[in-house]
Order: sequence, then structure tokens, then C-alpha cells
Amino acid sequence: MKKLLILSGKGGTGKTTTAAAFIRFAGARAFADCDVDAPNLHLVEDNLGKLERFYYLGSQKAAVDPEKCGNCGVCQMTCRFDAIRTNGETRSINEFACEGCGVCVTVCLQGAISLRDDVAGEVRLYQGERTFATAELKMGRGNSGKLVSEVKSTLLKNAPAADLAIIDGSPGIGCPVIASMSGVDLVLIVAEPSVSGISDLERILKTAAVFRTKAVVCVNKWDTSPEKTAAIERFCSESQIPYAGRIPYDAEASSAINAGKSVADIDCAASRALREVFDRVMGLLKGVAV
Amino acid sequence: MKIAIPIDENKETVCVSFGRAPYFLIHDTETKTSKIKMNPAAEAEGGAGLKAAQFVVDVGADELITVRCGQNAADVFKAAGVKIYKTLSTYADENLKALFEGKLDELTSFHPGFHGKS
Amino acid sequence: MTVAVLSGKGGTGKTFVSVNLSAAAKDAVYLDCDVEEPNGRLFLKPEQVTSSPVAVLLPAFDGKKCTGCRKCVEFCRFNALVFVKNKPMVFPEVCHFCGGCMRVCPEHAVMETLRAVGAVEEGVSGGVRVVTGILNTGEVSAVPVIKTVLKKSVRDGGLTVVDCPPGSGCSVMESVSRADYCLLVAEPTAFGFHNFKMVHRLVRLLHKPCGVVINKASGEYSPLEQFCVDINTPILLRIPYSAELAKRTAAGEVAVRRDAAMAEIFRGLLNEIRKEAPR
Repeated sequence: MKKLLILSGKGGTGKTTTAAAFIRFAGARAFADCDVDAPNLHLVEDNLGKLERFYYLGSQKAAVDPEKCGNCGVCQMTCRFDAIRTNGETRSINEFACEGCGVCVTVCLQGAISLRDDVAGEVRLYQGERTFATAELKMGRGNSGKLVSEVKSTLLKNAPAADLAIIDGSPGIGCPVIASMSGVDLVLIVAEPSVSGISDLERILKTAAVFRTKAVVCVNKWDTSPEKTAAIERFCSESQIPYAGRIPYDAEASSAINAGKSVADIDCAASRALREVFDRVMGLLKGVAV
Repeated sequence: MKIAIPIDENKETVCVSFGRAPYFLIHDTETKTSKIKMNPAAEAEGGAGLKAAQFVVDVGADELITVRCGQNAADVFKAAGVKIYKTLSTYADENLKALFEGKLDELTSFHPGFHGKS
Repeated sequence: MTVAVLSGKGGTGKTFVSVNLSAAAKDAVYLDCDVEEPNGRLFLKPEQVTSSPVAVLLPAFDGKKCTGCRKCVEFCRFNALVFVKNKPMVFPEVCHFCGGCMRVCPEHAVMETLRAVGAVEEGVSGGVRVVTGILNTGEVSAVPVIKTVLKKSVRDGGLTVVDCPPGSGCSVMESVSRADYCLLVAEPTAFGFHNFKMVHRLVRLLHKPCGVVINKASGEYSPLEQFCVDINTPILLRIPYSAELAKRTAAGEVAVRRDAAMAEIFRGLLNEIRKEAPR
């Protein structure tokens, strides 16, 4: 099975739009949305099949047993994260602020506080003619790579026969992105032709290099700045990074997404350009040694 | 001398991740046997590389063979005097063989940590 | 009055709205709590800038008192402590400075020192006092820097505008904590709408009154419009997409300072907010 990951560095470059188009072009039978903070891929995919949900446990959080609580308030005074509030004659934990450090457990003289498993999110697996794995992280929860790794392993476990898996990654360069990179054959970076877009492109390429992941770049909404697009093309050529092409800004692309469709479902300048980028990326992917 | 290698679920191939590898293979050159131990850091939400490094140090490993390693774990190994080698092959046993034949290079570049939330 | 400006999705125009809202008021305080990517200062270009570091506590171990019991290492839930060659080593960026290791040490061998995680810069741009929070790269938590920035809000009835981080994580929650009113910037697209719903849930959870600004609008996106009607949340302003405005913003211009019509629009927005916000 070949695995293609789509990343962007900066948010809002068109990563998910590109992933959705590629899934159509390839007729991919296995795909995943690893942007667990703000998953969007399911909005443009339908006929997904049967849904199974799995709880995801994050780090533990504190809980107060009101029966044992002596109402002394020492826990509240000690907590460095302002995560304990008064609740009548006892105390309760603010699940959004609690870091799960365990100090309150130690200072409570009544033994009324314990650390408990916290459901920090949910993994969703859709099984039909295609297999789709995604997840959503609960509000305020920490995003390490752990949930991303679970989405990927869920996909791979449930679609072992597929020959291609397409993974929609998350923005940024932190732990979730690293986790998504592990084990993939090729990363497509969707770049934005702007000052922050270029800076983020460089950072994500560095990250991919450190993790020995092969990368290819394309530029989206290229006509919003032909100069910056040319700069990116020059940079790729000088650094010997494969370049898969560019896609114009196209209002029709937005309309398609807003109608719940993939851009690949309509014929417009963007979808034609995406098709060319897709063909080049697939050529590269085939050439990658397994 | 003991050698540690992070390995995959299949218990044969080297895992690309050090901190979150499901298992470690620990080879003892004196008894010429290898044991498979679960990695206590596999489920860690943050600081997995550090917890895995503590495990490797506690198990008494003198050398580690890995695909990659974070800067923090590398600092632990430096302080503990554990040598880190770069893998040559996908299979753990082939890497051990290569180590004994002096074919493995030391790992000198480490990636920055990517721990925890923002 | 403190107004927090948020959006679920990155790139919707949160900074554009907060910067212009601050500049449109007679005088105001602009607090940049997007401490990983503080961009407001690129527009407001503050002068007379002073900087102070933001520090958090970090444990230090007294080797002479340490008996190697490892209670500190066992206690740490974040794996920030490793026991090597008979003493604990701490890894600063992983440490959540909870103070637990110090508490559990039976030998009093742990002290706390300070280490910098970021900085707060203060300057002036016309009638706007600009306060910028900056988080050092590689740091775990933005919250200590955000807390420091928020302390600079104005208390005497003047206007404070808080430019929040994107998303709905703990940094956003912290940034919104002292707000009297929340302004949600939404993009009229399917993806924007999905993320907008998430940030709206957050604001409701914190019991904050809120209103919506739809940015980069080209025609109506009815699911968003209908949703706002259903949840009884007013749409205070619709800013149409304009290639010209986008270009000028990309070049770092503060629209209300260059364009009388934009100044009027943002003054209008300020009035709407004043009408909606609680006394």
C-alpha cells in the first residue's frame, strides 16, 4: 500500500480541498482526516458507509469525591492552573484548565481527589465500499501525535487490501504533523504564495527532511501573487525539491465545496489544474521504492 | 553488554519512531539472547521520547540502534553514556549483525522535540 | 469594555478585524494573544517599544541532598524528569511547572528557579497602546504568556480589544476569560462554517455574549446566515471580499487609517458592539 500525505504548514491554503480532489481522481478506497483539531474532509465526502465510534483517552484529569471532601480548599489554593472552583460546600475541577499534574491528589488530606481517565476525543471509522478514518479532539484538549497515530492505525488496520491511502494532514509543524508523517511514502505540500506562506513552506520542508520523508510541492491560488509563486518555484528548483505545478484561485472551487462536493466533481480551471498536479504526484509516488 | 532496538508490532522490523515504538528488543551479548519488552512510553501523551529513554537506561542498555531519536532522548543517553547507532536495515536482527561487524555508523543528528500541546 | 475577537478557522480575518477595531476607536488597548504568531504589530507598527520576559518556574535539584529515591521522577505525569547517573535531569520544555516534584521530595532537595518562555512587548501606535505576547518556539504552553498580556487590559471604561489565537483550545479559552463581549469572525464557506460552530460552542460554554462578523463575503452563504438566526446571535457586519482590500492588507496597511469608508464601517461596528454588550 502506498501512502500519500497532504500537508500545508500554514492554515487556509487549500489542503483539504486538494485532498478531496485527489481522493476522487484516484478513486481511493482508503483515506483519513488527521486534522483532529478541525476535521473538515467529511463535509465533502458522502456515501461513507457504516460508522463506528471509539473513545480516545487523553491524559488523566482530576476529580473530587464530594463525600470525602472536607471543604478545606487547600487544593484550590495549591493548584497552579486555577483549575479548581468552589461548588457549594465542596470543590469541582474545571476540565478545560486541569493539566492532570496530580498535585491536588497529593495535598488533599482526605484523599478525596483522584486522577481519572478523560475522554479527550473520538475516533470515527466509516466502512462502506471505501474506508474512511477521522477523529475529533474535544474542546480544550492537548493535541499530541497520539490521536493522529490512532486515526492512521485505524485506517491501516481496516483497509489492508487498498493499494493507495490518502491522508489529509493538519496545519503547523508540531507533534500532530510529525505523527502523520511517520511511515508515509510521499508528502505533498500545498503552498500559499505569500510571505507567511513561504516561511511556513520552508519550515515544513525542513521538518519532512529531518524525518526522511520525501516531499513534493504545489502552489495553490498562484495568481494571487505571480511573483511569490515564481519565488517558490525557484526555491524548489534550487533545493532540488520536486514541484508538481500550480492551481489558480477559482471562485467555482469554493462554490463546489459549499455545495458539499469535491472540486473534482465539477469542471473548472482549478479542477483541471488539480488533475495535472495529481498526475505528477502519482507519477512520483509510483517511482518511490516501497 | 546490552543493546536496545525499538521494534514494530510484528516484533521483527525496526520501528521508525523511538519514543512510541510498541516494543523494545533487548539483546544481551553475554547470554547471546534477545528479549522483547513492552515500551512503557508507547501510550504517553507527551514526553514519550524521555520516558522511553528512561526505560532504556533502566534496563541497562549500553548501546541503542534506532532510525531516529529526539534531542531530549539523545541528551539522556549522552548523560548516561549510552551510544546511539543508526540503523542499516529494516530488520532488527540484521542490524545487530551489522553492529557486531562494525558496519553501523553513530547517529549524530537529532530532531527537536515535538512534545505536548500548545 | 473588553472585546475578544475569535475565529475557529485560521485565515478568516481575526487580526484584520481586531487591528481595525482598535484603530477606529479614539483610544484603545490592543492585546495580541495569538502568541505563537503575533501579527497585529506588523500592521500597527508600534513605537517606543519596551519588552519584558515572561518566566515560569523550573525545578532544580540539589545533588548533595538527593538520595536517589526517584519519587520525583515517578510523580511527574509529563515525563519531564529522567533519573540518570544517580540524579534527576529536568527537560524544561516538557515541564508543566506544577511544583509536584518539589512537594513529593522527602529530602527537600528540589528548589524552583525561573526560566523565560516568552516575552511581552508594549508600544504605542497613534491612539492605540499595543501589547504583544510572544511565545518562544518549542514551548509547551502559551497560557503563561497570555495571562501576562491580559493583565495589561484597561479597567476604566476604555476599550480593550483582545486578538485571540485561532481554534478552540486552552489558549483561546484563556484569552477569552476576561472578555465582556466576543466577536466571532466567520468565513462564509462550508469549512469556515464548520469551524465557526466549534468556536461558538466555546463562547457559549463560557457564557459570553457574542456577535458575528462575516468576512470575505461574496454573496450569501445561507447555512451560516440561518444558523445565526437559529441561535439568536446577531450578525453585526458583513465585509465583502475585495481583491484591493486583500492586497493592501497583505502589504500591512491598517484599512481604517487609509480609507475613510472603512473607518466609518468600523466605527459603526464599535457602536453596534457597545449597544449589544452588557453594562
